[in-house]
Amino acid sequence: MYGWIWRVIPGGTGAKVVTVLLLAGLAGVVLWYVVFPKLEPHVPLDRVTVGR
Amino acid sequence: MRALLRTCGELSITGGLVMLLFCGYLLWGTSSYTEWYQRILKQQLLDGPKHAKLAKIDVGDAVALIRIPRLGRDYEYAILEGVTSEDLRRGPGHYPGTALPGMVGNFVLSGHRTTYAAPFNRIDELRRGDAIIIEAPEARYTYRVSSKKVVYPEAVDVIAPMPGHPESRPTKAMITLTTCHPEYSARQRLIVFGVLSSKQDRRSA
Repeated sequence: MYGWIWRVIPGGTGAKVVTVLLLAGLAGVVLWYVVFPKLEPHVPLDRVTVGR
Repeated sequence: MRALLRTCGELSITGGLVMLLFCGYLLWGTSSYTEWYQRILKQQLLDGPKHAKLAKIDVGDAVALIRIPRLGRDYEYAILEGVTSEDLRRGPGHYPGTALPGMVGNFVLSGHRTTYAAPFNRIDELRRGDAIIIEAPEARYTYRVSSKKVVYPEAVDVIAPMPGHPESRPTKAMITLTTCHPEYSARQRLIVFGVLSSKQDRRSA
């Protein structure tokens, strides 16, 4: 999978590295600000009230 | 076959990294939301009560500040009304319908232990006699820790006006803090009880 991505990305090694870092950063930002906030309420962690 | 195995391995490693990142989000990412909202609540308290009467606090409104000297000089959170998961993301919440600060009955607060700035992370360190200071708009109430216990989540009697005695009429002004136990778990609840020991009226400006 990663080998395939590396081959598909255009440019020389330097350009590939920059593109890969940008893609990884983008994936991280989407996870952190979009996916994780949606996921968090469904994780049964840190329930603090009684009776419900 | 080899390519398939390699892809499986790569996906597993990616999944593991995503989970690690999610743990980081739970511990640190959630806190930034709480810290941001705490500033709004503290400002609300500085601006003065929205209603003339304290008895009319709406869900989501700031109630008072809580300070616990045992947990550090800087330990200060704004308490808000309400204990839904949305309320508790913003700070420690007061159970609607339970007593207000200083009143006879039980002033019950819940707070997160490990996520969302973890206001009640260290309440297990409280010892008998430790001060829990509630800075309400009208007065400063100092409660003293009387006992602690670990209960199952169904134990609603801990939030009764007389904790442990749901049938009795309250005679004392109590405070009750609830959070999860053990840390990172939803299995049990850690409960800290306190009794009002002094009240200092605020000079109205």
